[in-house]
Amino acid sequence: MPASKICVVVVSGSLERMQMAAMVASVGAVSGHEVVVFLSMNALPYFVKGNTSKAPHEGDMGRLMASKKVPEFKTLFEQAVELGDAKIYPCSMAMDVLGIEQDGLESYLQNATGLTKFLHDAQDAQVWTF
Amino acid sequence: MAEKIIVDGRGSFCPGPLMELIVALKSAQVGDVLEVLSTDKGSANDIPEWLNKVGHEYISTTESDGVWHITLRKAK
Repeated sequence: MPASKICVVVVSGSLERMQMAAMVASVGAVSGHEVVVFLSMNALPYFVKGNTSKAPHEGDMGRLMASKKVPEFKTLFEQAVELGDAKIYPCSMAMDVLGIEQDGLESYLQNATGLTKFLHDAQDAQVWTF
Repeated sequence: MAEKIIVDGRGSFCPGPLMELIVALKSAQVGDVLEVLSTDKGSANDIPEWLNKVGHEYISTTESDGVWHITLRKAK
């Protein structure tokens, strides 16, 4: 079983980028990788409890995906946690800017973390940025 | 040994069928045979790779009428 670690940084709020990030996180996590996800900037609002708004697509692929039975990115992130033991950290700075507390976020997220801890986690990992 | 367990991932896109397989594997017993049905060709290619990587026994893949049947045995 490979022990290599994958860090996924999700900054964009576009459907395609969050979808790809969720695919890397979920498939990585169920394939034996240690997966750490850091959610910040425009990605974080989609993980606020009760936010059901649809992420905007960047291009034709996103539009096509929305019309087909593609697993939703939030479902894939949740499966990464449940099936593959991934850890998903909301960025504390983005939470401060949004004015939300930990209990306002989806329950499968870890406690807020800052860049110092994330950079420490990432120093021996592959880092994927979306 | 139990009957073959069918995992119906038809209509879903990558990595949906793989995730459905993993959910089914959690509740299956070691030695059980599972058959994933997928209409997504990418998943038909990817699932055997995944089985090889994590150490379950890949048995076969067949295709008929646009549906791939990936058969495997839970090894651990």
